[in-house]
Amino acid sequence: MITTRTDQRSSAAASTAATPDGLAEPPRMLTGAQIALESLIREGVDTIFGYPGGANLWLYRHLPDYPALHHVLVRHEQGGAHAADGYARSKRGSVGVVFATSGPGALNLVTGLATAYMDSVPVVAITGQVSSTAIGTDSFQESDVIGSTMSVVKHSYLITRVEDIAPTIKEAFHIARSGRPGPVLVDFPKDLQAAVTAFNYPEGPVRRRSYPAPPRPDPAKLRQIAELIKGAKRPVILAGRGVLIAGAEEELAELAHQAHIPVGWTLLGTGAFPVTDPMALQMVGFMGAGYTNKAVCEADVLIMVGMRCDDRVTTRLDSFAPRVEHLVHIDIDPAEIGKNVIPHVSVVADAKVALRELNLLVEPKREHAWLTQIDQWKEEHPVRFTNHTGLLQPQQVLEEMYARCEDEAIVLADVGQNQIWAALWFNYRKPGLFLNSGGTGTMGYAFPASMGAKLANPHKTVFCVTGEGGFVMNMQEMATMVENNIDVNVVILNNSSLGMVRQFQDDFYDGVRSAVDLTFTPDFVKLGDAFGMKAMSTDRLEDVGPMLDEAMAHKGPVLLNFNIDPNANVYPIVPLGMGMLDFVEAS
Amino acid sequence: MTQSRLLSVLVDNKPGVLQRVASMIRRRGFNIDSLSVGPTDDDTISRMTITVHVGRQQAEQATKQLAKLIDVITIDDITGLRNVAHELVLMRMQAPPGERTELLNLVDIFRGRIVDVAASSVIIEVTGSAEKIDNFIELMRPFGIKELARSGVVALVRGDQARIRLMDFAIDGDEPPTEPSRLQGVAGDNTGTV
Repeated sequence: MITTRTDQRSSAAASTAATPDGLAEPPRMLTGAQIALESLIREGVDTIFGYPGGANLWLYRHLPDYPALHHVLVRHEQGGAHAADGYARSKRGSVGVVFATSGPGALNLVTGLATAYMDSVPVVAITGQVSSTAIGTDSFQESDVIGSTMSVVKHSYLITRVEDIAPTIKEAFHIARSGRPGPVLVDFPKDLQAAVTAFNYPEGPVRRRSYPAPPRPDPAKLRQIAELIKGAKRPVILAGRGVLIAGAEEELAELAHQAHIPVGWTLLGTGAFPVTDPMALQMVGFMGAGYTNKAVCEADVLIMVGMRCDDRVTTRLDSFAPRVEHLVHIDIDPAEIGKNVIPHVSVVADAKVALRELNLLVEPKREHAWLTQIDQWKEEHPVRFTNHTGLLQPQQVLEEMYARCEDEAIVLADVGQNQIWAALWFNYRKPGLFLNSGGTGTMGYAFPASMGAKLANPHKTVFCVTGEGGFVMNMQEMATMVENNIDVNVVILNNSSLGMVRQFQDDFYDGVRSAVDLTFTPDFVKLGDAFGMKAMSTDRLEDVGPMLDEAMAHKGPVLLNFNIDPNANVYPIVPLGMGMLDFVEAS
Repeated sequence: MTQSRLLSVLVDNKPGVLQRVASMIRRRGFNIDSLSVGPTDDDTISRMTITVHVGRQQAEQATKQLAKLIDVITIDDITGLRNVAHELVLMRMQAPPGERTELLNLVDIFRGRIVDVAASSVIIEVTGSAEKIDNFIELMRPFGIKELARSGVVALVRGDQARIRLMDFAIDGDEPPTEPSRLQGVAGDNTGTV
């Protein structure tokens, strides 16, 4: 016996449809594969990214019978996992779904699952497994998928009985999307896909004694926080992705405006607070704005909401918020409280609920001297770039993009310099417009994820900002993009090197450039041609605007290669091992 | 400063749970000193008793990470509480007939039992605290230990009150509690400063 242990109350409630004369209709007898697909529809799934193989062929046998499920054939399972992640991240409340076969197919999902896990993205992966009778015999394409993925999923199941399929899938979706979301894997042996049983989709909420609902915020602690805000002379809020997941942007804005508290954010929290708001700081930390770091280091009351406070935020741990007298941490995950920094007051709750209830207790106030100080730092340490070479700068490309789409485009960034540039050079004023692999830092994420984002948001413009290194890591998905005519504008900021690594080597590793030269990359225009994807390339600023216009007017995927200054760097940056205030700015 | 922490964990009795728990402890960089697992009176629930050697703050982190596992129902750090924490040891002792009296005296003192007698050896069973078992093993050494098997710790807190009643745990759809209820005996706030 394994898999679901939904409470009796819910399985007993499993329905059989009633006929007009009041007689219960006998439940339909379906195969395991059909039950899985019907269950996906019940969970509101409309898009599946997947790749067939020996152990999931029964699923694919029946897939065409369910036109409500749009299957996108990716060209590599990693692309499928990232696409499902991009789908879920860009559409609040949805769960991304990816199919893969056993063995190599399932193992190719690992990086994608890890990416979703670190950034709390709801994804359900359904992997084919060899027949239950063959498990453990090292049969063809068998691997221990549950064991291999254990540390990168929120939970996983091996189905062992055909009658467990529907309740398992229901529970998998519930666990993926509730609490602190994350990826869930369902390993589905081939023989059980073919086995037949009565289909009853369990009704009612999933109940599991070992998976309680998130706690409600403790009112006493909220009163304590309201008092701390009242007494604060130099308050600062930092917002993380938890604010976006909870949909707490309005509550955050209300708190910031009511008590005039400046708000900064983590890389993954970008968009939780409008950059253009008078109370806005900018990104914090390792590559955050100088004025945000200054504010955090001067703060007497620091309120962290929905964030993990990892090393990219704190830089050297002892340099983080040294003058803080009261550190407040609000997060839905109790394990995040005290993991990296120990708060004085903590609230374990959903960010939206916590902030809503906190707002009822917070009195209007304004610390004029503090806000004047913040404005002065904003003037002294603006986020800026310099152009000493006259070559095309990446920030110029992003400015041209922003001028054309403002708040209406979703931007997916890959990992490296392009990621930080894309975070800092767009004025994200609404939530959910900037997506990237912040925790795992998975190069090759953005391009396949942008397919998911576009399919989830067909009416939005979608930009994929990447480098020539990261793009090539998953460029096989060009075939998927073109086949499905997924209208993504891919912007390659091509500096002929692994830019971030090159910058680190130049500045922190004795200036020795080692294995970072990517001069040998494909001719992206010809590459686009080979895949049937419209492609353009330039190294001149005056071409950037017209190329973007053409790409945005084109109904279909476009590849734009911009050869930028090969020595363009990310600024500000805190040198490795240094503290928050040691940031180096563009000179 | 590190110390031994004694964790009492109730988990769903399912295949793979042991691996999830052990793997989480390893993944977070903690070391397991001892782990024992067996079903409870409710056969859908197993109790794991885990000894980890960690610092105070690490213990809290290990506890919280374990509590997050979907199969973990509840976790209770019972270190330092008035508890009964026992191990069991089985020892095959060299004991030719005629040389058994002193051995049997020591077994008696330790309230042990002889559970098997063969021509030239006996199997002794002793239960008790880790310290008691350590001492007993040292006393037995000179007699010639032929084989030894020692269990991990199992523990319950003393007193009338059960530490954890399952009905305390809210499930989805009920009014959630205001504290992270799966964590028992875990330090909350004010455990230190930044």
